Amino acid sequence: MKMGRALALAKKDWKRIYREPAFLFIIILFPVMLTVAFGASFGAVGGAQSKAFNIAVIAIGGNGSVSSGQFVQDLRATGVVDIHSFANNQTAQSALSQGQLQAIVLLPSSFEASIQSFRAHPTEPGLWVNSTVSLYLDRGSALTTQAIPPVVEQVLSQGVLGIKASAQATPFSFSSPSLVKVKSSTIFDSFAPGLFAFASIYMIMMVAQSYTAERENGLLSRILVTPTTSADVIMGSVVSYLVVGLVQAILVFACVYALGYHPVADLAGLLVGFAIVTVFALCNIGFGLITAAIAKSAGAATGISFVFLMPQLFLGTFVGASLSTAAQTAGRFLPAYYVTDALTSLFTRGASVTSQAVLTDLAAVSVSSVLILLAGIQVFKRFGSGRT
Amino acid sequence: MTTVAVAIKIENLTKDYGDVRAVDGLTLEISEAEVFGLLGPNGSGKTTTINCLTGLLKPTSGTIRVGGYDVQKEGQRAREIMGVSPQETAVFDCLTGRENVALFGSLYSVPKASLGARVDYAMEKVGLMDDAGRRVGKYSGGMKRRVSIAMALVTDPRIVLLDEPTVGMDPQSRRAVWDFILELRDKGKTVVLTTHYMEEAEELCDKVGIIDHGRLMALGSPADLKAKYGARDLEDVFIQLTGRRIREGA
Repeated sequence: MKMGRALALAKKDWKRIYREPAFLFIIILFPVMLTVAFGASFGAVGGAQSKAFNIAVIAIGGNGSVSSGQFVQDLRATGVVDIHSFANNQTAQSALSQGQLQAIVLLPSSFEASIQSFRAHPTEPGLWVNSTVSLYLDRGSALTTQAIPPVVEQVLSQGVLGIKASAQATPFSFSSPSLVKVKSSTIFDSFAPGLFAFASIYMIMMVAQSYTAERENGLLSRILVTPTTSADVIMGSVVSYLVVGLVQAILVFACVYALGYHPVADLAGLLVGFAIVTVFALCNIGFGLITAAIAKSAGAATGISFVFLMPQLFLGTFVGASLSTAAQTAGRFLPAYYVTDALTSLFTRGASVTSQAVLTDLAAVSVSSVLILLAGIQVFKRFGSGRT
Repeated sequence: MTTVAVAIKIENLTKDYGDVRAVDGLTLEISEAEVFGLLGPNGSGKTTTINCLTGLLKPTSGTIRVGGYDVQKEGQRAREIMGVSPQETAVFDCLTGRENVALFGSLYSVPKASLGARVDYAMEKVGLMDDAGRRVGKYSGGMKRRVSIAMALVTDPRIVLLDEPTVGMDPQSRRAVWDFILELRDKGKTVVLTTHYMEEAEELCDKVGIIDHGRLMALGSPADLKAKYGARDLEDVFIQLTGRRIREGA
């Protein structure tokens, strides 16, 4: 195999992609349009969210006190909030920053003592045990910052302490609410990682069409009567479509970023994410070669490519998230599933590149893609190259 | 006595497609610096023979040596010294004429330093210099055939296989290609061409082989064959040997 020949053929492929409108559309414009369409449709739509505010009440020193239990009960009775349980302040803070909560109410360890002292001496503030209740609020939600503090204050004074007059003093003060920058989650955020695999999968059709058309037109035979070997031809495709895969990943990334999906990954996470998408191109080249070996014409190649394309689309990308458990299990047999899973871990969850989930996905994508490519090369050389 | 070197040696070549025998025990020698015409009606086995010569088809039996290399065992070496212009006009429509020719130069590993000059030379010879920068998709059928010939010749090969090189060309283009072929012979190249134009074979070929049903019916120079069969031209010889029945298929 000579790399010079492979590069010459790769350059030919690149020229075709940007000169032939059909190729340019599927490879470059389609991913951009798809991403923009999804972003425009779902970018402003939040995830599953009730009309009530999602808040957590954390009692420092434990949730077991009678008064804190009554406070939670009274708060829930307002109908304004849904109260979620968390093991501690740290996990609640994490949920707040990820957009799963709008507020956290932190009850001090002296909460019970303050209540008891007030009830024992309601008119003698000097005998009260004073406490400070802390509030953490979603900075991006004006509604939360305006609604939650008065609701909490009212429930505490009128509910737990039983005060009728709103102006009456209590042993509680409120710290200035800590406004937390919250990642607002939309449906698009859950779709975005799948778009990378979604865009790349159509490469199967392009590779298959390209090879069958060249075979139909006698171009493949013509190339094979030069000193060029089948290995040179396939290496040319691998080089050209690896670059195409990387360009697609960059374009999709630029689009999703512009549409509001901002990955939480660090530079290493981004690079590994791009690498996974690029490696996934090998799998698509392999399926494309198998399709080209089976198909008798470029038209037939388009139809047959859907045999490989559709399962990956429905079971391996974002669409899979809304499928049944059985369908999602089936998705685990497809490389696209691991691409989407890895990108979700890296980009959305902020997983480390050395985390077990990412490494497992990377291994699954790499091994399966290389095996599918090798299978594609063998099948194509045996049945589809035109040399008999 | 001088010995003429053999450029192509075909021995007892047979090629079957299932039950159909396309080439039947063909034995042939083509000398160096010779223009050889392989003539025959449609479906006679010309293109199958050419495809076996290039290594695209594996013979059912028999051997082919090109430039001393066994095509089956040393196919890579044999293909390095051959330039092939196939029957179908196989060109990349998305590339310009120059890019098509340069691509094939690269596939033959022509050094970058000399590739540009070789491309210009080939394009000049087929009369396409003015259109070299246009995409081939915009070319006429005759222009596509000419660029196809330039793609075969960009490497300055020792042996050139031209399968119906002038189909669809106007008289001017055909004359330009003829001149190019004769120039190649003068430079010591071996040219094997197939054609249905008997006047073309008569004009260009030092020797012709007429095949039918995969078998060699006659071999010799056009003048010798005309004399042998008492014909006024090569077409008469051809009709005498292959009959008047119209054949189907390629």
